[in-house]
Amino acid sequence: MSVAILGWSITLAQVLLTLAMGCAALRFIRGPRAQDRIIGLDTFYVNAMLLLVTLGIRSGTTLYFEAALVIGLLGFVGTVALAKFLMRGEVIE
Amino acid sequence: MSHGTLLLVALLLPFIGSLAAGFLPTHARNTAAILAGSVAVAGIGISVWLYTSLADGAPVQFWLSWLPMLGLDFTLRLDGLAWLFALLIFGIGALVVLYARYYMSREDPVPRFFSFLLAFMGSMVGIVLSGNLIQLVFFWELTSLFSFLLIGYWHHTASARDGARMALTVTGTGGLCLLVGVLLIGRIVGSYDIDQVLESRDLIIQSDLYVPALVLILLGAFTKSAQFPFHFWLPHAMTAPTPVSAYLHSATMVKAGIFLLMRLWPVMSGTDAWFYLVVPAGLVTLLLGAFIAIFQQDLKGLLAYSTISHLGLITLLLGLGSPLAAVAAIFHTLNHAIFKASLFMAAGIIDHETGTRDLRKLSGLYRYMPITATLAMVAAAAMAGVPLVNGFISKEMFFAEAVAEHTGSLLDDSLPYWATLAGVFSVTYSLRFILGVFFGPPPVNLPHRPHEPAHWMRFPIELLVLICLLIGIVPSLTVGPLLATAVKGLLDATPPYYSLALWHGFNLPLMMSLIAMAGGVVLYLGLRRYLESGIEGPPILRDFKGQRIFEKVLATLSWQWARAGEATLGTRRLQPQMRIVITLAVVAALAPFIANGAVGTGDMPGTPLPPGFALLWLVGGICALGAAYQAKYHRFAALVLVGGAGLVTCVTFAWLSAPDLAVTQLLVEIVTTVLLLLGLRWLPKRIENVYPSRPPLKVLLRRYIDLTIACALGGLMAFLAYCLMTRPLTQSVSRFFVERAYSEGGGTNIINVILVDFRGFDTMGEIVVLCLAGLTVFALLRRFRPAPESIEQPEQQRIQHAYDVATPDRSPGDTVADYMLIPRLIMHWLFPVIAVMAVYLFMRGHDLPGGGFAAGITLSIAFVVQYMASGTRWVEDHLRVLPLRWMGMGLLTSCATGMGSWWFGYPFLTSHFQYVELPYIGKVPAASALVFDLGVFALVVGATVLILIALAHQSLRSSRAAQASEGGE
Repeated sequence: MSVAILGWSITLAQVLLTLAMGCAALRFIRGPRAQDRIIGLDTFYVNAMLLLVTLGIRSGTTLYFEAALVIGLLGFVGTVALAKFLMRGEVIE
Repeated sequence: MSHGTLLLVALLLPFIGSLAAGFLPTHARNTAAILAGSVAVAGIGISVWLYTSLADGAPVQFWLSWLPMLGLDFTLRLDGLAWLFALLIFGIGALVVLYARYYMSREDPVPRFFSFLLAFMGSMVGIVLSGNLIQLVFFWELTSLFSFLLIGYWHHTASARDGARMALTVTGTGGLCLLVGVLLIGRIVGSYDIDQVLESRDLIIQSDLYVPALVLILLGAFTKSAQFPFHFWLPHAMTAPTPVSAYLHSATMVKAGIFLLMRLWPVMSGTDAWFYLVVPAGLVTLLLGAFIAIFQQDLKGLLAYSTISHLGLITLLLGLGSPLAAVAAIFHTLNHAIFKASLFMAAGIIDHETGTRDLRKLSGLYRYMPITATLAMVAAAAMAGVPLVNGFISKEMFFAEAVAEHTGSLLDDSLPYWATLAGVFSVTYSLRFILGVFFGPPPVNLPHRPHEPAHWMRFPIELLVLICLLIGIVPSLTVGPLLATAVKGLLDATPPYYSLALWHGFNLPLMMSLIAMAGGVVLYLGLRRYLESGIEGPPILRDFKGQRIFEKVLATLSWQWARAGEATLGTRRLQPQMRIVITLAVVAALAPFIANGAVGTGDMPGTPLPPGFALLWLVGGICALGAAYQAKYHRFAALVLVGGAGLVTCVTFAWLSAPDLAVTQLLVEIVTTVLLLLGLRWLPKRIENVYPSRPPLKVLLRRYIDLTIACALGGLMAFLAYCLMTRPLTQSVSRFFVERAYSEGGGTNIINVILVDFRGFDTMGEIVVLCLAGLTVFALLRRFRPAPESIEQPEQQRIQHAYDVATPDRSPGDTVADYMLIPRLIMHWLFPVIAVMAVYLFMRGHDLPGGGFAAGITLSIAFVVQYMASGTRWVEDHLRVLPLRWMGMGLLTSCATGMGSWWFGYPFLTSHFQYVELPYIGKVPAASALVFDLGVFALVVGATVLILIALAHQSLRSSRAAQASEGGE
């Protein structure tokens, strides 16, 4: 019974997370400002990270958590680069 | 040491010497000369030593397995013929080295000269010692290359460059023909081994491929030996330093073609095709060369055309196909090498001591250099074929062969007359050489005051002239045994009877000699006035220049046709190129399916589609489409969208049970975003309103066609993938790797084991490519000049700068420092954390997802983050980032690991594996592949950082340039 509950909740979580990704994607497709797009991409990354965690829970291995860890540790780099580009017009001065 | 090994030593010594000479300091001419001289003398020593072992007739062999699967072995083979040539190459080589020591100027980079000369010597030895036709062609091409370097030694003069290029083009093209010809022979005989080829005369002659093979091989030999109509490169090669001319045009280079003809003479000669191809070429070359030589005003030009003429003579003799003619050919090759080398050296001395080679300026030099003059006279007498000198005897043999009956055709019957005529010409140009240079009134207006040269510079000529006289007076005592050995090498069967005596009684050849000498004197007297008028070149033929035709052909091929081809087929715009490439790809991918009728999906059942996955793909697809849509005008938005699509791809990998791929792809994704952003700064701005109203129909049509092509390709790829995945997996290589990854590679991460162990060599190649790509980007960006509109500082920076300047209590740069305060702190502190992550990914890469590549990318991200946080200047003041060293160390580590296995007697890149007990950490797998992976890691870090930093430095450079220009104003 608990396995079924876990299975269903994971599926539900995945659907909701991908829906959230869809919303974030909507933001960076529509904009309207460049800042919205960057925030959208950051949200997208966070949701993807959580999605990887749910994959890990379902398969029962820690390998997926590492992919999530990579996003957690380095996912911000893209956001920072984009933000810096907006703020200063170039990424590395 | 066995005789075979001695052969290998003789072949390798010149190359080793060449390498050593190349590393000598630029002006170490004595050391270089001694080195080159000792190599040549050692070569002579080996040749003489091996002479005794040739007595029983069996060739000395050296054998080494090379490509046994293709039936190719590295074989060295020394028979009498090869022995004679090897002796000539080393002997004349030693004398040329001695001569060059005194000839070359102190200012020239002499070690380089000797380095090229030795390498050339080695290549020539390689040709004559090759026991395998492919190997022969290889060394043949090497001689073309090194002769190019030698002829172009004084590369600051245009004529030297032109001459060198012409020689390379002609002989190199001939070499290609030869290669094809040799491949045909190999096909006929079934082996490239010379011994086997020499036994297959009937097979070769009766084959359908005989004539094509013959033509191709002759093309190779004729271009090398400067036979008509390919003779024109040789006079232009006279721009080389005289020692080079003396070497290349007496004993080596041009004799390579002759050697090839002799080598294949036993199996290919004696047919009508051979006779009618070789004899006319030789005859025309003989007459034309001699005729043109008479009218040369340049001393070396005269000798060059005389060389052409003598080469024609030897070719003609070989063309006749009779054994006696072949004997005469060998003998004349030897004689010509000896007297022509000495003549070239004499010409060089005259040039060296007077400063000119122009026959119009030279005269009466006998007064100033009597010894050199006497020596040159004897050598010239040999060239003319005067009795008591070596040239006479071989010329007598030639005349005798010309008279003898071969095929009974008109060409054959007329040979005596042509031979006598050629004799007349050769007497005339020899007379011109001697009388014009050494006799007559004293010279006026010479650049230097002439005098005798240093004794050791003259010594090679003295020795060679002495040999000329010895052979000419007592032939059977001196050259007889050597010639017999060579003849035995050439003709397997019993050699024909020939006599080397000086006096054969009053016979037809002697009459011809006398006529030639008398005729030569008469012709010289008759032409004297014409020649003194100082006109360059022979009458009639003067305007007909081989060089001009050659250049015209080259210009047509490499300029006009190339331009026309580019204009009709090429384009400089990216769009049409992509269109063509992609359309071709679609057609090429579709064609086999349609041809085989195998279009269709398989019948494997599909896996159920989880709703989350479907949604994810929907999002990803939208991102990708959006990116394509925005790519042209909204690059920033497109970049964000590409980031989204990329992330969806990574999650897909993870979802489909490939977390290792997902990790690597994620890292790449992050670096790519930064990289693209760095480049975005330099892209030109959008041109607004290209079409004021609606775009014209043509443009719209083009866009829709492009869209169609893109959709077609994308759809096709997806369809192909689907077709493949719905079919059962047949026997594939992955099973092999899955089974053996642990048992043989010692790792459970199959991908990593494949990368660093099973296919380590591929990885090696890939990292080399990565290294090259990094360096190319670096080199290109050093020369990068941004578009004018992107040079100035970005608008944001200007506004913030103006604000900082305008506000009283702020100084420039405060705004960015304030903004970045917190992110910078975090990013600095993250550096060790990311580095630890990199180490972690690296260490457990052999067993679990990770490895050198992923770790390398991670560490490079750590570096880039520092650059973003604090700017280039700060980072480079506080952190020593040396990407080139990282790359170098990485490549060296990988190579060294690979070569380490040689130490234990295993093939390149064999890896060793075991567990090691480390304190605190425990049991750690330690494979030698880990060290290899360390190299990959270092190289990836280096290359990625190099590219990113090279881009980042552009801002620094352009701001510096902007400041400089402001200061200038």
